[in-house]
Amino acid sequence: MSVADNAAITNALSSVPRPPRPSAFSAAMAFGWRGMLKIKHVPEQLLDVTITPVMFLLMFTYLFGGAIAGSTGAYLDYVLPGLLVMSVVFTTVYSGVSLNTDLTKGAVDRFRTLPIWRPAPLVGALLGDAVRYVIAGTVITTLGLILGFRPDGGPLGVIAALGLTVVFSFGVSWLFTTLGLFLRSPQATMNAGFMLIFPLTFLSNAFVEPETLPRVLEAFVNVNPISIMTDAARGLMAGDAAGSDIAISLGVAAGLTAVFMPLTSRLYRTRS
Amino acid sequence: MTTNLAIEASGLVKTFGELRAVDGVDLAVRRGSVYGVLGPNGAGKTTTIRMLATLLHPDGGSARILGHDIVAEADAVRSAVSLTGQMASVDEDLTGRENLILLGRLYGFKGKAAKDRADELLGAFGLEDAAGRLTKNYSGGMRRRLDIAASLVVTPELLFLDEPTTGLDPRSRNQVWDIVRALRTAGTTVLLCTQYLDEADQLADGIAVIDKGKVIAEGTPGQLKASVGSATLHVRLLQGDQRPQAETILARELGLVHLEPDPSALSVQCPEADKGAEAIAALGRAGVGVASFALGQPTLDEVFLALTGHTAEDKEEVKA
Repeated sequence: MSVADNAAITNALSSVPRPPRPSAFSAAMAFGWRGMLKIKHVPEQLLDVTITPVMFLLMFTYLFGGAIAGSTGAYLDYVLPGLLVMSVVFTTVYSGVSLNTDLTKGAVDRFRTLPIWRPAPLVGALLGDAVRYVIAGTVITTLGLILGFRPDGGPLGVIAALGLTVVFSFGVSWLFTTLGLFLRSPQATMNAGFMLIFPLTFLSNAFVEPETLPRVLEAFVNVNPISIMTDAARGLMAGDAAGSDIAISLGVAAGLTAVFMPLTSRLYRTRS
Repeated sequence: MTTNLAIEASGLVKTFGELRAVDGVDLAVRRGSVYGVLGPNGAGKTTTIRMLATLLHPDGGSARILGHDIVAEADAVRSAVSLTGQMASVDEDLTGRENLILLGRLYGFKGKAAKDRADELLGAFGLEDAAGRLTKNYSGGMRRRLDIAASLVVTPELLFLDEPTTGLDPRSRNQVWDIVRALRTAGTTVLLCTQYLDEADQLADGIAVIDKGKVIAEGTPGQLKASVGSATLHVRLLQGDQRPQAETILARELGLVHLEPDPSALSVQCPEADKGAEAIAALGRAGVGVASFALGQPTLDEVFLALTGHTAEDKEEVKA
């Protein structure tokens, strides 16, 4: 048999009647399935983003913990919610990177010529991303628990903190999908993404009390949404969350979504 | 609406800033035919295809695909066409089978039907052994076959193939050619963009030659080659200092001789193979040592030279 079997091709071309076009839901689910497969086949991509926060957790706790908070145990209680936020927010950069990969490799062209519900690729990718975010958050939280982190909020508090972090990160991810559709390569998207996210996570209250900082910096840290999100996560884990922190975090997520989701879908349709 | 034309384009224009990438392209492609769009890099082939496939908005002119307007009825066009782009757009992080199942689901096949369709196509394209491998480990030829298979998950009425064999080895190229022939037998219209005259000659019923965004010639492969002139006899001598002597003999036997940059090489238009053989024999009788000779079909360069007066120089393809 020759490699391209002519009779078989002719047969394959005429054998199947065209099915009705898929519903918006099935199309989005198909893209969600694609996201899962990518996690299965390229687990190292997830490792890339979780390894940094894990290193930070070990390094900050045992190297600086004693100096910053008096004891490594006390510092772990302080830093873990911050690192949870950091690890999940880091993962959002990959949402932009994978979208850019689709664009530069031509997959977007193929998807755009399909007669499907237009936002399906983006909505489906979100489902895959959600799994990624939960895995990243779970890894760091579990490691914290192993190292002796015992939050007063109990398991419910931890799950609530993780849930809020994932919702917040959904909002942030639209920023990076927009970036991913603007830039020329996956590498450029990654670099630009981390250039943005590194200062934002470090210039927050994730690692140190803002009161110890110079005044100008302190002012910035206090309004940085990452700080507010970290406060909310800390509060939920400790069982004394301030409603305003949770509300502001959700508001920031909603605001980012409102601005950057339409921008992302517009670019997805028109960028070529 | 029925029409016996799969593609009717008139005056299509696309500009990128100052550059008129496509500058008034007209095309009329019969249903069921394989139509070649031949041109060098940067001629506007890809941009034309992307407009016809509804990926780019034309800046001027109009086109109907299978009777549907590409702007006003873009969704209807999308339901009837498939595009295999210049870059093999398979997902490298998925296996070949998963790639096809994904597309099957996106075309509306459910569960098992999507899997069955994927397996059927993998079999037809000789990819069943590689079905479970990630496509990043595929060879260029396998990737290209998978990419074409992905365009056929639902049988399109019209398939756009953008330079399907660029960068492939000869064996893979022949496989792709076989696929195009099978498509034609099955009644699918194919618009084939290529830089190779040979490829268009092998596959296409009609050819449009495109340069600088304009169609500069159109016809059957036979008409096109006739307009270019005949094949060329290329001769390499054992000794370069015999070239003047060889030039005289070849000019007498065949006509105007072209001296190649290589000091021991010459070429001359040769309408019939018999006369070429005669000319080579004449060189031998005169004691001119021939290292090698070849009778070649006109190349795209020669087509361009004949049609435009300039060669098909390599330009950066306008990515759009």
